[in-house]
Amino acid sequence: MAAVVEAVGLGRRFASVSALADLDLEVRAGESLTIFGPNGAGKTTLVKLLAMVLRPTAGRLRLFGEERPRAVLRRRIGVVSHGSFLYDDLTARENLDFYAGLYGVTNSRERVREMLAEVGLEPWSERPVKTFSRGMEQRLALARAFLHDPELLLLDEPYSGLDPAAVAHLQEILMRFHRRGKALLLTTHDIGRGLEVCDRAVILRGGRLVWQSGRFVPGPQEMARIYERQA
Amino acid sequence: MSWKRFENFAGIVLPCLVGPAMIVALYLIFMVVPSERDQGIVQRIFYVHVPSAWTAFLGFFVVCGASLLFLWRGTDVWDRIAKASAEVGMVFCTLVLLTGPIWARPIWGAWWTWDPRLTMTIILWTIYASYLLLRAYGSEDDQIARYAAVLGIIGAIDIPLIVVSVRLWRGIHPAVMMSRDPQGGLRDPWMRFTLLVAALTFLLVYAWLLLVRVRALRIADEVERLHRANRIP
Amino acid sequence: MSGVWQILAKDLRIEFRSKTGLGSLFVLGLLVLLIFQFALPEKPTPESAAAALWISFVFAGTLGAQRTFLLERENLALDGLKTAPIDAASIFLAKMLGTLVTLTILQAVVVPLTALFTGIIPPAPLGLMGVCLLGNVGFSALATLFASISVASRAREVILPLLIFPLLVPLVISSVKASAVVLGAPGDAVVWVRVLVAFDVVFSVAGWLLFEQVLRE
Repeated sequence: MAAVVEAVGLGRRFASVSALADLDLEVRAGESLTIFGPNGAGKTTLVKLLAMVLRPTAGRLRLFGEERPRAVLRRRIGVVSHGSFLYDDLTARENLDFYAGLYGVTNSRERVREMLAEVGLEPWSERPVKTFSRGMEQRLALARAFLHDPELLLLDEPYSGLDPAAVAHLQEILMRFHRRGKALLLTTHDIGRGLEVCDRAVILRGGRLVWQSGRFVPGPQEMARIYERQA
Repeated sequence: MSWKRFENFAGIVLPCLVGPAMIVALYLIFMVVPSERDQGIVQRIFYVHVPSAWTAFLGFFVVCGASLLFLWRGTDVWDRIAKASAEVGMVFCTLVLLTGPIWARPIWGAWWTWDPRLTMTIILWTIYASYLLLRAYGSEDDQIARYAAVLGIIGAIDIPLIVVSVRLWRGIHPAVMMSRDPQGGLRDPWMRFTLLVAALTFLLVYAWLLLVRVRALRIADEVERLHRANRIP
Repeated sequence: MSGVWQILAKDLRIEFRSKTGLGSLFVLGLLVLLIFQFALPEKPTPESAAAALWISFVFAGTLGAQRTFLLERENLALDGLKTAPIDAASIFLAKMLGTLVTLTILQAVVVPLTALFTGIIPPAPLGLMGVCLLGNVGFSALATLFASISVASRAREVILPLLIFPLLVPLVISSVKASAVVLGAPGDAVVWVRVLVAFDVVFSVAGWLLFEQVLRE
């Protein structure tokens, strides 16, 4: 299976602070990786590097086999981050229409409707995003990320700020996505949920990879023990 | 020759040259060069005023060049050079604006004239100021070097446009009459020679201050880095 | 140049839907004109009318130029644009055009108001519109580039006037002079228009090329 993400000695520093250092990571097509780690471990920095928002200051990063990823490559990546990337004054449908246009989605009308239905937001499609709850916003952000049918989905702490029902709903959508053979990279604190969707897990601490699961991913209790030891 | 060796070399050579050059220049300005026929002894300030102006403009073009190199290459040294040149250039620019009125008042009776060159210089001063303010206000930003570089480049591109528009502006409303014109009015070869020596001296002072400042900035960055490295457990 | 139209359309839609924003720009434009009226000597001339017009425009325009990037701050929408498969140059063009549109609307209000307050009716309205548009283009190019810096950096938004006012000198001189001529003052507007066009071209291109440097990290 081709590697979708290949990082060798990846590093990123901000002014004199090193947010990530010496990172070797690989994500294969269709694989799901969960990244655990405490605050400040560099999880968001890593996601930004993979989303091509940041450039590495050290090491090498290959996305879809390309050394110097061009803008066009971003069409194959979907991102869900701390910010929802949504415009509060626009309706759910207008937001999705906008991004469909940006990503060159064919049959955008259909696709937008399909996505809204997939995340269960159809009844609210004509309401402005500023009237949405956090859970609804997150779901719309997810719809936005799926709109262009990416091969790689990057999620930075997707469960934060969501109530249990919203988390369960989100989880269900993610599993469906994963079953379709897409690659998934997720960062989270939530050990239980994070383990549910992943094929492999790693722990990040202080900008470095301190633990990797093998092909066998531990259960929640054991994972919690490992996490405590490492983090 | 590596950068470090060049720096060390310059660090010794420049101060050794600046001292004597300054002495020679001052001697020429006060002892040797004849007074200008119309303006008398006050005119000697011209030998400080004009080289300062040249250096001030050179300083900004260095800011631009270093900014371009910083954006292209990404190594911090270019950013430090840009910042240092802005600081030093600003000093020379201020000097022009201070010597201008000192010269103008006794000769022409007005403290300030909107002569194209002086106007240019005050605008350059504001561009320098905005560059330094951007760096000061945004100092916690780790992208500030990049933003400042953009300003440095745009500012330099703007300068020719400013020159043209200010000259045209002055062409329509003639200002206080002046017989000053550095090349035309310099009849005596000593005058031209003194101007040249003064210009070279100022250039050396600029280079030396730039070197000192770049080193200081590098050390400051190093200290900052060590500080942060020791904070992480 | 994919994405330019989409971003522009989205920005205009948000702009017209927001209740404040445009309104405060117009009021600011009006206020500056008023202050000018009280500050100026009694009899308005084409030169003073041109001056009032452009000073009002520059102040209100500087405020207006920030808006296009402020709206990308909510929900980190700018990152949304950065992760999209579009060039930084396209984003610049879209933002610049958006600012251009907003400021044209501002001018459409300020110019008649100036005529009203000063009693100087433009003898060549098309010429005046042309000069206003040319001034607007150059202003929008510079303002868009530096607004992105002022909004992105931790420097407060007050930095924007500090950054662009010195750089705008050729634009202000040329626009005011050309406007004065078009409003009836003696002189030749063509030479000023040439400077304006040069300014517009140089900074549109420079902004277009350099914007990527502001956007990337």
